Amino acid sequence: MNAFVAPIALPNPAHPAQARTYRYDAVDREFLQERIAEFSDQIARRLRGELTEDEFKPLRLMNGLYLQLHAYMYRIAIPYGILNATQLRQLAMIARRWDRGYGHFTTRQNIQFNWTRLEDVPDIMRALADVDMHAIQTSGNCIRNTTTDEYAGADPEEAADPRIYAEIIRQWSTLHPEFTWLPRKFKIAITGAPQDRVAMQVHDVGLVVKRDAAGAIGFEIWAGGGLGRTPVLATKLRDWVPEAELLAYLEAVLRVYNALGNRDNIYKARIKILVRDMGDAFRERVEREFARLPQRAYRLDPEVVAEIAAHFAPPPFARLADNPPAYAAALAGNAEFAAWAKQSVRAHRQPGYASVTISLKPIGGIPGDASAEQMEAVARLAERHSFGEIRVSHVQNLVLPHVRQEDLPAVWQGLREAGLATPNIGLVSDIIACPGMDYCALATARSIPVAQMISERFADLDRQHDIGECFINISGCINACGHHHVGHIGILGVDKRGAESYQITLGGSATNDAALGELVGPGFPYDKVTDAVETILRTYLAERAAGERFVDTYRRIGLGPFKEALYASA
Amino acid sequence: MPVLDAKGHVVTDAWVRIADDAPLPDAPAILSLARLRAETLAGRNAPLGLALDPATQPEEIAELLPRLALVAVPLPKSKDGRAFTQARALREHFGFTGEIRATGHVLPDQWRMLRRCGVSTVELPEGADAAQWQRSRDVIDIAYQPSPSEMTEDGAPPAGSALGLRRRRLAA
Repeated sequence: MNAFVAPIALPNPAHPAQARTYRYDAVDREFLQERIAEFSDQIARRLRGELTEDEFKPLRLMNGLYLQLHAYMYRIAIPYGILNATQLRQLAMIARRWDRGYGHFTTRQNIQFNWTRLEDVPDIMRALADVDMHAIQTSGNCIRNTTTDEYAGADPEEAADPRIYAEIIRQWSTLHPEFTWLPRKFKIAITGAPQDRVAMQVHDVGLVVKRDAAGAIGFEIWAGGGLGRTPVLATKLRDWVPEAELLAYLEAVLRVYNALGNRDNIYKARIKILVRDMGDAFRERVEREFARLPQRAYRLDPEVVAEIAAHFAPPPFARLADNPPAYAAALAGNAEFAAWAKQSVRAHRQPGYASVTISLKPIGGIPGDASAEQMEAVARLAERHSFGEIRVSHVQNLVLPHVRQEDLPAVWQGLREAGLATPNIGLVSDIIACPGMDYCALATARSIPVAQMISERFADLDRQHDIGECFINISGCINACGHHHVGHIGILGVDKRGAESYQITLGGSATNDAALGELVGPGFPYDKVTDAVETILRTYLAERAAGERFVDTYRRIGLGPFKEALYASA
Repeated sequence: MPVLDAKGHVVTDAWVRIADDAPLPDAPAILSLARLRAETLAGRNAPLGLALDPATQPEEIAELLPRLALVAVPLPKSKDGRAFTQARALREHFGFTGEIRATGHVLPDQWRMLRRCGVSTVELPEGADAAQWQRSRDVIDIAYQPSPSEMTEDGAPPAGSALGLRRRRLAA
């Protein structure tokens, strides 16, 4: 045997394949320890009375600690929604040791624990740092976690990889010296796929990474989108900003916002209000700011991009063919498996592989919740079948991005055992819901129990499949954390003279055809919402033309028939 | 009020803040923009400072900068961060090299970032613990982005401070 031929590297089960995400080095770890020391000092000063609650509040928010109805909520950053199996196991450990055995995945691809005790926070911070995690900038008036496509790097249609730029933006925005005391929170989403899965147009800044004819990378830049009490779709600022100028352009946008954003009224402080009120003058102001920035200082060098990109190199895929016999046989021979695969299995750019979406929406469950045992089960499946990598989607599900098609039956089996194989991805029970009055101090109505009631009403999966794609989004107050404006069916719970009342909007969308839903009419009491949703869906089924999704039918026929069905008898 | 200087020492303030209707002394004086514009400054040699309003954009006072030795940028509340952008614009766009002083409700936790944006001094509340200000400034000494106070001509981090990627070690 020729000693100079390198041996083929066989997977070593003791060293599971490292997930393709940014891996910390000694500098990043030192920084994290410094941040822990800083926040620990701030907590101590608050306890000694050296900081008032007003002074302490923004500091704790920027460290992810949020005061809710019953306890502190601790929101932990999952940068652009990517976790490795070790990190997910650690989250399970934290859930079990310091919380109530579960966690809640959010629409911004983070996870939050709802029962945190202040005195445990330093220990939890250290446990997170052990796996290169933290809660930095998950709340507060600063640049939050940059979100991206849960299928990034796996999607066959993707033009360019958004993860690289999401990481570059993460580093750039981490303790940014100028933009940490903004008028209000600031959320950036980035997609590199023709199909927008990040709700780009309802973010403070939305980015589309794309390539020109020569293959060079550039960005479409949108600004001023947002939900909340004043929902607005974003305005396109630029069709093309070259890669090297991305950070300079973002500096210009943030600088104009920091200087001119409303500081007097919290409800008018988001960038969407500034963009709306200034109109074209906003873009002109950004361009002027951009033109006079010292470009060299803010230039994003190709060497830096290349170094970051190396972290996201494709995992060592095997050379496989699509539709292997084991998969085809399972599809043909097991109707239950086939029903799950239809909703949960997605085409992959690498032949023989697939992406698997794991539903965190069991019938009657709490959308986005996962128990410690479920987190461990997913971590185990990721290690065995997805190069140790897990994604969090903005619709509050998980994804195993790179699964061999021949392994799909085993993955399904493993998910079933963990109660994670509900075949409802994209269907009416795949609901986005905010925590609502069950947890949140701002809420004016319950949202989780509404999601549960609707999910139970449509528990029959055949019926869900018949209805087809339909996104129901539920918020428990006008701050719209449940994204109700952009649900095909949006439900907003408000307080009406001491009773919960639910307003329903139709026709919203958060993807390429982004639209804000239209109010169908007067609100419904808590115990009538589910009936109303059923009436809406029955109307759709009666009116739909062949091949039409709910939202297509709505766009064709408008509010009228739904209104009539809902209110005619009243 | 005591002032925290660039080295973190508490020093006595050499400047006085002059109310709009008070006489202008022949000593370092900080004035409002209205007063500064109204004043005939020909023949005055004592240093002049300007107390910027948080809503005033630095470009509105650009023509005054050559006459100024100090610009005060206010934080009316600690969470009102417009001063960060004002300071940075003064340094980056207008090349202001005089003293930039943060005033108002400033927290020790903000000093590091204010400095990175070009602020040189902070007006402290009476009885402030200078040691705490230094601790808060120094507890984090790694930064993930450049800022005007720590940049060479070509935008590179100063010699010896580069930590790979865009990271740098902040000087004490």
